[in-house]
Amino acid sequence: MSTNITAAENLLDIRGLKKYFNVGKKLLHAVDNVSFTIPRGKTLGLVGESGCGKSTLGRVVIGLLEATAGEVFFKGKNALKFNAQERSEFRKQAQIVFQDPFSSLNPRMSVYQLIAEPLIINKTCRNNTEVSERVKVLMDTVGLAERLITSFPHELDGGRRQRIGIARALALNPEFIVLDEPVSALDVSIQAQVLNLLADLKDERGYTYLFISHNLSVVRYVSDEVAVMYLGQVVEKASNVILFQEPLHFYTQALLSAVPVAALDIKKDRILLEGDVPSPIDPAPGCRFASRCPNREEICTSEGPALIEVRPGHWVACHRVKPEPGKA
Amino acid sequence: MAIKSNSLWKLAFIRLRRNYLAILGFIVLFILVFVAIFADQISPYGYEQQDYMMIRQGPSAKHLLGTDEFGRDVLSRLIYGSRISLQVGLVAVAISLFAGGAIGAIAGYFGGRIDNILMRIMDIQLAIPTILLAIVISAALGPGLFNLMVAVGITSIPRFARLMRASVLSIKGMEFIEAARAMGASHTRIILIYILPNCMAPLIVQSTLSVANAILFAATLSFLGLGVQPPFPEWGGMLSAARPYLRTNAYLSIFPGLAIMITILALNFLGDGLRDALDPKQKR
Amino acid sequence: MSDKNTQAPLLDIRDLSIRFNTDSGVVHAVNHLNLSLQKGKALGFVGETGAGKTTTALAILHLIQSPPGEITSGEILFEGQDILRMTEAERRDIRGNKIAMIFQDPMTSLNPIMTVEDQIMEVVSLHTDAKGEELRNRAHEMLQMVGIRPERGKEFPDQFSGGMRQRVGIAIALACRPTLLIADEPTTALDVTIQAQVIDLIKHLQKMVETSLLLITHDLGIVAEICDEVAIMYAGRVVEYSDLRQLYTKPMHPYTQGLFNAVPRLDSEPGGRLAVIQGLTPDPTDLPEGCSFSPRCPYVQDICRQEALGLKEYEPGHFVDCHFPLGMNGGLGA
Repeated sequence: MSTNITAAENLLDIRGLKKYFNVGKKLLHAVDNVSFTIPRGKTLGLVGESGCGKSTLGRVVIGLLEATAGEVFFKGKNALKFNAQERSEFRKQAQIVFQDPFSSLNPRMSVYQLIAEPLIINKTCRNNTEVSERVKVLMDTVGLAERLITSFPHELDGGRRQRIGIARALALNPEFIVLDEPVSALDVSIQAQVLNLLADLKDERGYTYLFISHNLSVVRYVSDEVAVMYLGQVVEKASNVILFQEPLHFYTQALLSAVPVAALDIKKDRILLEGDVPSPIDPAPGCRFASRCPNREEICTSEGPALIEVRPGHWVACHRVKPEPGKA
Repeated sequence: MAIKSNSLWKLAFIRLRRNYLAILGFIVLFILVFVAIFADQISPYGYEQQDYMMIRQGPSAKHLLGTDEFGRDVLSRLIYGSRISLQVGLVAVAISLFAGGAIGAIAGYFGGRIDNILMRIMDIQLAIPTILLAIVISAALGPGLFNLMVAVGITSIPRFARLMRASVLSIKGMEFIEAARAMGASHTRIILIYILPNCMAPLIVQSTLSVANAILFAATLSFLGLGVQPPFPEWGGMLSAARPYLRTNAYLSIFPGLAIMITILALNFLGDGLRDALDPKQKR
Repeated sequence: MSDKNTQAPLLDIRDLSIRFNTDSGVVHAVNHLNLSLQKGKALGFVGETGAGKTTTALAILHLIQSPPGEITSGEILFEGQDILRMTEAERRDIRGNKIAMIFQDPMTSLNPIMTVEDQIMEVVSLHTDAKGEELRNRAHEMLQMVGIRPERGKEFPDQFSGGMRQRVGIAIALACRPTLLIADEPTTALDVTIQAQVIDLIKHLQKMVETSLLLITHDLGIVAEICDEVAIMYAGRVVEYSDLRQLYTKPMHPYTQGLFNAVPRLDSEPGGRLAVIQGLTPDPTDLPEGCSFSPRCPYVQDICRQEALGLKEYEPGHFVDCHFPLGMNGGLGA
């Protein structure tokens, strides 16, 4: 595959990415044929319910899990085909912040050790003084008071722990950061602080984010573009404003209508989906959403819809949504 | 606001300090270690020193705990015996801890086929009654202190291997291991810096309790005549030698028995205390 | 605060204080809490982690582990009787019967080795004289009510999905037709689309069974959907309490206002910054002098740091624990 196909401004370009897990003799389709791009300095919000494969996708993208098939172009080069040296360089440029600030930090390490760890592993500093200076700068960047440098994770609240997780991800000066549910374990007042921090960092340093979350309101707040995942596949993708104002996929509409709004007098017609998400193990042919879709037709259970651009920048995978003539 | 930072180890120590039984156990063990080290200075007589005038004499001012059938001072023999018991306990546990720990860590971390092979070997060993296994090993290696330690050590390898494997498996699934991989840490670094320190707590507890077990087991083997040979004073051996005189000179059995009991009790108190301190969630 | 109402409230908590004596000090979990709930009403009990919501709920059922827990003051009047002064036998009679609870995690709150219908029958048989077929019929009726086919009653909890398990939890809670239903974050563990189903179900059943509902949650959105009244909790106290409309249209406590502003909303503009409540929730072993929100309050005055006020009725039915409530004369906020 030649590399010049990727437009220069797309920091990340994912094509036909698949990740299957063996479950006994069956296959669990965690990520199934996902494609999207993220322009440099932008945030793609990836929404979906638990088990839809969004976290797996994030891990495959930065190489924590091996892809079953597909391509991940990072700055125009296929990251899945990197050699050892390129891979270690990629590791520095693509980092991840985990969901659970309790289990993602080694409980035996102090704040200093935790933040210094990536610097030491990747030998980016010449000596200990340099490491300790860098740690202090990083702590300042994420708003951790220097007096906490000798503290241990169990002595800190969730918000501060998550700041450690962010400082650690920033330590190697990455360009791209996967944020895997970075605020869902935090209380609302702390959540706002962390979201503001992430927004400030992006504005100041031009980071590119893949923001994974189940919380539509949070995604709405942070994203430039939003992709909705259902059972391993992207079912709709559009710019933030379009997706939330004019969702076309029935699942997106149901998802949006299900979010409780903290205000009175906003009476929306709630679309209650029936049943549960089906199992991702050896899924049935056809549209994955067909079993819960009230608008399904015959074709939906036999043939999976492709993700097509129905309007400029608005991609939908649904047989019932046709491209607008003359626009796409 | 002053920041007082406590690592998990330090917190465990603070909790341990509040447990009186554990502290008692620790003090008893400390005295025991002291006695073992300074046996030469403390004991009133040598362990082989015989007094033909005083054969099987009960406790007296001259011989506080009496004398045995060769006229040797029981107290002195118990004091020297503490050396052997502690040595057996510590070395045997060290053997099973390192062998079992390594086997368990490898099986747990790498998983798959290696895990399967190693753990089935451990299962096979577990299926053999430990006392038979120890007798066979001692018989094959011949009697003697070192062979005794090896025999006792080998028998508890599977217990440590299983424990280690279970802890490694639970730690391996934690997100911070994934975080370490995302930073580019190597396997060695992940095992040494991330997994091992987090697996130590159950191993420390198990080791403490196992020392008690090993001492008891060594006493059993010596009692059967497979352990330390006379004239070396081993507590189990002393018990064995005292058996013919159980009805006439009960003190000959009582004092070594008490020595074994107090040591084991102290170790168990400490072990229980450590477990509560290191793993507060598992409090009963 | 009950004297305003002509009808005696179903639940009336007065001056409740609960503390836990732990290794690291005395945790003041609930501090002089006042709260009342009328028959048939749904009260949203909102607060962040550690605010004391669940502790209060457990106190109502008298299920606080003691030691380390200790109820140091107050009374909990349920149908006019103080739960704290009842005998254990009297309390057992109430638990699961007149006061029932729905738990947060449907994965762990059901017994994995009992079929779901047996679990419903269990609670009914504890509190009624029903036997045999009558019990089973009752269980099937309950399952049907929460939208589970009665045939599935023979299945075990692990054969159900999270949403279905929570339905079973609701069926168990409602099996004895309680007069008070306590729901502790009943949808937090569920996905959005499943959450919508469960909220809908709770809302519907609460009206149908005519039970009062105490809904513990951190989500102001869920409260807006289900509840008639709201109590906002902070550091072991109720800081604001009123009916839904008053509180949502005119929050008067700075913390309440902060909570509303800190949550990104679907109908807000993307981008921009969220209004942050500065600082952290206070350490419950070392609560600040005066108003416990004072260290974080943007409108703090000297008196706030010295003197705690307690709930005060600033407008009819609108109680606020603040010296300078927002939007009042003398208040400083907008």
